[in-house]
Amino acid sequence: MKTRPFLVISLLLGFSFLLSIALGAVTIPPGNALRILLGRLPWFEFFGDWPSYFETILLDLRLPHTILVALTGMALAGSGASFQGLFRNPLADPYLIGVASGAGLGAIIVMSIPQVGRFLIPIGAFLGGLGTIAVVYRLAKVGRIVPLTTLILAGVAIGSFTSALTSFLMLISDEMILQAMSFLLGGSTVAGWEPLVIALPYFTVGLALLVLGGHSLNVLQFGEEQAQQLGLHVERVKLFIIISASLTTAAAVSFSGVIGFVGLVVPHIIRLVWGGDYKKLIPLSILGGGVTLLLSDILARTIMAPGYLPVGIVTSLIGAPFFLWILRRAKKEVFW
Amino acid sequence: MKQNNYPPILQIRSLSANYGDVIALKDISLDVQQGEIVGVIGPNGAGKSTLIKVLSGVLKASAGEVLINQKEVSTYSPSQRARTLAVVPQARQLGGAFSVEQAVLLGRTAYLGFLGKPKQDDLERVQWAMEQTEVDSLADRKLAEISGGEQQRVLLARALAQDTPVLLLDEPTNHLDLKYQVNLLKLVKKLVRQEGLSVLMAMHDLNQVSGTADRVVLLANGQLKAIGSPEEVLTQENILQAYQIGIDTFTHPKTNKHMIFPTE
Repeated sequence: MKTRPFLVISLLLGFSFLLSIALGAVTIPPGNALRILLGRLPWFEFFGDWPSYFETILLDLRLPHTILVALTGMALAGSGASFQGLFRNPLADPYLIGVASGAGLGAIIVMSIPQVGRFLIPIGAFLGGLGTIAVVYRLAKVGRIVPLTTLILAGVAIGSFTSALTSFLMLISDEMILQAMSFLLGGSTVAGWEPLVIALPYFTVGLALLVLGGHSLNVLQFGEEQAQQLGLHVERVKLFIIISASLTTAAAVSFSGVIGFVGLVVPHIIRLVWGGDYKKLIPLSILGGGVTLLLSDILARTIMAPGYLPVGIVTSLIGAPFFLWILRRAKKEVFW
Repeated sequence: MKQNNYPPILQIRSLSANYGDVIALKDISLDVQQGEIVGVIGPNGAGKSTLIKVLSGVLKASAGEVLINQKEVSTYSPSQRARTLAVVPQARQLGGAFSVEQAVLLGRTAYLGFLGKPKQDDLERVQWAMEQTEVDSLADRKLAEISGGEQQRVLLARALAQDTPVLLLDEPTNHLDLKYQVNLLKLVKKLVRQEGLSVLMAMHDLNQVSGTADRVVLLANGQLKAIGSPEEVLTQENILQAYQIGIDTFTHPKTNKHMIFPTE
């Protein structure tokens, strides 16, 4: 387990993926699920001894849902790892400088305008999230430098301002409170292929950029001053990390709501097991985030079936004790 | 100091710097020759660390110029600068998650691409730097697991990996016990002789400066108060003015080095 991290996590990801498309209100045996999927590829041909609605459920509902959940987990954990590296702070998560509260506000503004379709909610959230980051970055900038402490403080201030606006909008229009709460708890994962196709470019570009930033984050671990003396263009790296993390997080939040804890804890678990080299930590966190959110989502869909629990509740309810257990076991090791 | 006819490697001309409205350095001019160790002394707040910050580009100079190999470096990008001048900071708050070898490899940052993938010559330079500083046996150890003296040698190795003609050291013997202090300074001297490096080193211990540096620069209140051989700079008058403390000076009977002893 210590030696082949990518193999171990990739296997886990494949396993959770299969479990996720198999389990739900109707259970499709994983063997059948695999054959239905592979049968779609040109090289395979399977003759199904399964009811035809299996294919409909799997291909039209579970598969796009599962892919979106996996990408969301990947985005949150990858951004969380990058932010922890950029801010050199174990408490940093993808929402630290306000992308989630901005996205929440954007989503609720769209919800509160009558005659506007539900399909515009992700777009409102995406613009709200990125817009907030742009404002925070601009506010924190002093001359040509963006001090990280100022960035955090500006982010927290803008974050609580937008959250307050969100709460206010929720209170004055009581019919959308449930929908809004569901978004803020990460229970609004959209369904079908269409949103996935829209979101996919943001996820892939964002995740790729996050992986590319690994080396620069390593250099930054000695502090900004030393990083610059070692030849790193520190301000450029900051902007690069902020853009790539915000892009991926905004995409995740827009289509799945605000899911807590994954972005904070998955990187720590990876760090505890496989160390703090960001060139590995970021891709491993991305894969681990996919695993974690897929498993949480399976629980969220099955615990109260046929009802659906917001997955953000599951990640925190189960994730927090699990993380504390790991933390206690590893307390002797230096991991941060 | 050996006089030669080559132009100095590092030339500092009328350099000034501020922190906001506070003047931190005022009109500093000095040269460092190839193969020379220049010790920078002065009381706390005199501007020693500021000088290193300005030279390494972390703090912008408000006036004056810095030339390395007769080229003005203020327009250099961080990576260009890191290929001409390396800094050995004080060993503290080292990223504990890195191994010694990973940390030394970061000295190659300015030569690596954005992805930080090392080539054969990068790895060879890293290996060489670790051997010179005798940390090669610690290559796989985590930084958090090694002693302060070893950490300081790792930082020196990282600076050597940068492969620069000029080395700046910021109070490198702070936090080290006597054995490590002596060993580190011996190592710096050896590297200077062997590699022809030029060293500018901020230091607190005046007798160590006298034993290590070819020339000494005395800073006080951001200004250059004296420059010259240890005997010329470490005088009763200079030290009283800069540190407000009385000293006696004498020549060490065995090493013949100029020494000072506080009389208060």
